[in-house]
Formats: sequence, C-alpha cells, structure tokens
Amino acid sequence: MSATDKNTGVDLKRRKILTGATGVVGAAGATFLAVPFVSSWQPSEKAKAAGAPVDIDLQALQPGQMLTVSWRGKPVWVVRRTPEMLDKLASLDGQLRDPASQESIQPGYCQNATRAVNPEYLVVVGICTHLGCAPLYRPAIGSPDVGADWQGGFFCPCHGSRFDLAGRVFQSVPAPTNLEIPPHRFINDHLVRIGEDPQQEGVA
Amino acid sequence: MSYQDQPQTKRASLLSWLDRRYPIVSTWNEHVGEYYAPKNFNFWYFFGSLALLVLVNQFITGIWLTMSYKPSAAEAFNSIEYIMRDVEWGWLIRYMHSTGASAFFIVIYLHMMRGLLYGSYKEPRELVWILGMFLFLVLMAEAFMGYLLPWGQMSYWGAQVIISLFGAIPVIGPDLALWVRGDFVISDATLNRFFALHVIALPLVLIILVFMHIVALHKVGSNNPDGVEIKKYKNEAGLPIDGIPFHPYYSVKDSFGAVFFMIPFALIVFYWPEGGGFFLEPPNFEPANPLKTPEHIAPVWYFTPYYAILRAVPDKFLGVVAMGAAIAVLFAMPWLDRCKVKSIRYRGTSFKLLLTMFVVSFVVLGYLGTQPATPELTKLAQIFTVLYFAFFLVLPFTSVHEQTKPVPERVH
Repeated sequence: MSATDKNTGVDLKRRKILTGATGVVGAAGATFLAVPFVSSWQPSEKAKAAGAPVDIDLQALQPGQMLTVSWRGKPVWVVRRTPEMLDKLASLDGQLRDPASQESIQPGYCQNATRAVNPEYLVVVGICTHLGCAPLYRPAIGSPDVGADWQGGFFCPCHGSRFDLAGRVFQSVPAPTNLEIPPHRFINDHLVRIGEDPQQEGVA
Repeated sequence: MSYQDQPQTKRASLLSWLDRRYPIVSTWNEHVGEYYAPKNFNFWYFFGSLALLVLVNQFITGIWLTMSYKPSAAEAFNSIEYIMRDVEWGWLIRYMHSTGASAFFIVIYLHMMRGLLYGSYKEPRELVWILGMFLFLVLMAEAFMGYLLPWGQMSYWGAQVIISLFGAIPVIGPDLALWVRGDFVISDATLNRFFALHVIALPLVLIILVFMHIVALHKVGSNNPDGVEIKKYKNEAGLPIDGIPFHPYYSVKDSFGAVFFMIPFALIVFYWPEGGGFFLEPPNFEPANPLKTPEHIAPVWYFTPYYAILRAVPDKFLGVVAMGAAIAVLFAMPWLDRCKVKSIRYRGTSFKLLLTMFVVSFVVLGYLGTQPATPELTKLAQIFTVLYFAFFLVLPFTSVHEQTKPVPERVH
C-alpha cells in the first residue's frame, strides 16, 4: 500500500498510525477505567469490618439445645451435643457423601470425626451448601417428613438436603458438601469466639 | 419560508418546517403509515403491542414508586407499607406495578409462543428472534432484581438462592457471588445496587433492545399465520398485494386489543392483586429475616419452570447448567428447526407433536416449580425436564424429513 492514495491525496499511512495509536491507548485507558467500576462492587470496608469476631456465652445452653448468632450477617449455630448424639455419628459414615470432610470447608483443627474443637459443641455456619437457605435443626429421632430412620440432624426445607449432627451431608441430596465450620476458639469452657483460630491472634 | 413554491395550510407548513430539520415524515411512513404488514394477522399478533403497553405501564408506575420507596435494608419494607397505606393511591400504583410484572410475562410467553407456532424465528427473521431472546433475558433479570426491593422474606431468600447459583460455577464461583452481593450475605449493599440496576441500568438496556427488535422486524417485514412472504407479490406501485399499512389497519386493531386487555388487567389489579399467592407470595408480607428461611421457597410463577429444572438435577453445578441451558437453547431455535415451512398450519405431525410435548413440559414444570420438592414430584420434574430438552434435541433430525403440506403462494 502506498503511503498516499494517488486519487484523493489522502495520507493512508498517517491515518493508520493515528487509528492504531488511538486504539491501543484507548483500550489501555478503558481497561484501567474499568477497575474502579468493577471493584466498586466488592464488599466495602464497612462490610468487611462487620466480619469482626463474635463471642458467645454458652452457660445457658442445655445438652441437646441449639442457639443461633449472627456472624458476618450469616447465622452461626452452636449445638451442645449429648454423648448419645456423638456416639451415633460414626455409625452414619456409610450413608454420607463426605464422611471424613475432605471436600468440605472447615479449619484444619475441625477436620475430625466430630468436626469440632470440643466434641460437645458443634459450631457451624447455618447456611445450606446447596443454595444458601437456612436448614432446620431436627434433633428428634425418626420424623415422618425427614425419614423413619432419621437419627437427628439438620434438614433444609428448600430443596430437601439433610445433614447429620456434625453438619455432614447425606448422600443423594442436592447439597454437595458438609456445612461449613467457621474458625472459632474457646476462650474458656463456656465462652467461644467465632472468627478466630485457636492459639493465635489472626482473624480468619 | 422563502423557498416554498406553493401556498400551504398552517399545519402543513409547520410540518414541512419540522421535516426539513428532523425526518418526521419519512420515519412515520417507514414504521407506521407505510409499513406494510400481512393482512391476515390473527389473535396471536396482539401480544407484541401489548408487551409494549405493559412496558409503558411498568415505566410510569415504577417512576412513581421510586418517589416514595427507600432503597435501604432498614427502610425498604416499611416504605412499601407506607406506599400501601399512607401514600394517596399508592396501593393502586404499587399493585399496577406488581401485577404488571406478571402480566408482562404472560404477554411475553404468548408472544414467544406465536413465534414458535408460525416459525417467526426462521430466515430472514433470526435476528428479530435473537434480539427478542435478549429482551427476555434482561426482562428476567429486571423482574428478579425488582422482587428483592420490597425486602420481604421471599425477596430475601429468593435472592439468596439465585445469587448462590453463581457460587456453583467452578473456581470463580464463590468470588463471583461475593462480588454480585457486595457482602458475605444479601445485605443493604445488595439491595441498593439491585435498586440502581432495576430502575436505571436494565430499563435502559430494555429500551435499546426494544428499539433494535422493532428496527430488525421492520427491515425484514412481519411474518404471518400462513408463514409466506408477502414481499413476493407486489403491485405496480411496488407494494405487497397482501399487505396493509400498519396505520390505520393495525393501529386500530392493536388499540382495540389494548383496551380489551386493560379490562381484565384492571379487574385483577382491583380484586385479585396477589394472584392467589402467585403474583405476590405470602411470605413476602413478612420483613426479611437473614436468620430464618421460610418453610417453602418458590420463585414467582414466571420463573418456576426453570426452577423446577434446577431442582430436578441432583447435582449443584449441573443443575445450574441445566437451568441456564433451558433458556440458552431457545437462542438456537432458528438453526435447530431445519424445516423450510414456517407455519404450523402446513407442517408435519412430528412438529405438532414435539411442540405440544414442549408446551406441556413447560406448563407441568411451571406447576412443579411452585410445589415442595418431594421425592415423587422430583421424579416427575426429572421426566419433564428430559421432555423439555428432547424437543430441542429431536427437532433438528425430524424437521429435515418432515412430511409438510403444500404452502400457498399467497396468504388467504
């Protein structure tokens, strides 16, 4: 291609350089410009600050009872499990999707048989891992709607997912993984702090 | 007025003054006065103009609602109650908007059904169909975001479930869901941004798409119940013999249709605004509670067919994929249907059976989506999900060998 078109006298090379330079600089500018608009949708500093740790006093919690607190706007449950409840957990392994919690979210110190720091207290995020509903606490054994051989656990009314009393998901329900265990540590025997790992200051 | 060569009436001279500065006459003629549409439009052809009517209803009532609504988690629910109880005629404007949303989907589903019946998606109208499908997608997003705004229990948990769908996408899912919510759960930030999208961003996109949909339609010309091209036979003036100008023929017909439609619409707005729990669901009369899910979550009726498909698949990610595919596959209709004959009037039995199966599946899935997911109903949803997709899988093969009837040369 000649630099100048013979018929019109237009300098095509100059036009090409100008178009190319405008395109490259413009695209770079547009990319940088997109950053604030896209990032502006991320959780704000205020929302992140609301993720501060929460302390729960467990003194009033009787064996078999559950209490709910809000941490980062999510429901967190604490269940005080009875020795009978704990005894049954191992017998359910065969019916569970992820009995050893290998695919599920929990701190390393809770990836154990009872999914807890202190087996008596289950601390778990009360949000179904399927689509985020809040499952119901159904400790009674054998209920008509959940199943005759029900050994107690959590039942999600939205899409029928079932979890045992360690928040472990049963097979052939929509939820893919066990309920999430949040980072938590016991400050003393009856005070638990949600949002902090044991033996360290770091916030999860 | 120096360059006028003949005296004119005042009105004509004003028009001519305007037309020299803005293409009023040519635009009017191209799209209304001399837009030739087939003369055999039937009942099904009301729904395009009705969709436009409902869109206008949503815009006007929506603008009025923003004057009293407060887009914050602390105030949203109460501001709706304020509109319903204290604002003069607020209840009517709100019910016109909420009932209008359901009316919009009724009209749009019938409008899409018309396209399927008469092959309106086929060459040369593929883009009209695809632009329409984009309109449908944006309309669903618009309706979903609007439903969060009253900040009731179903608003909250419905949004929680739908946004969690993004979380099912491998690798980027959880971060994407966090980004959409702007918080670790549905919160004030989510409500506020949904409000912005619902009242500004998506309505703008809707208007642009409606404009493009009509421009594309007027470029290729309207299809008709016989599925024949009226442009094939033209008179000496170059006008289609079987065409009639949109105005006054269809402007009068559509105005009649619009007024006819508004009578039952008004009756529903006045006497049945909750639509038996289908237009406004009972849990939404309770303020959002992030710690307690309602016993039974179901989306508004117009989303239930897709919701039933989501629940039918016993795997989180594949369920989301199936739901997305159920909508996405409609985009491909112009290429999945390989039969040259457009209208169902002249198509073979295989197409009639397949289309019936598709419509039945859609309606049954829509019903199942409103019901709790018991094992029996889930099995049923699985069967009808298969039938829904079977329509799109079988059609490309049967449509090639279809035993069609002879198509007339002209409309009758």
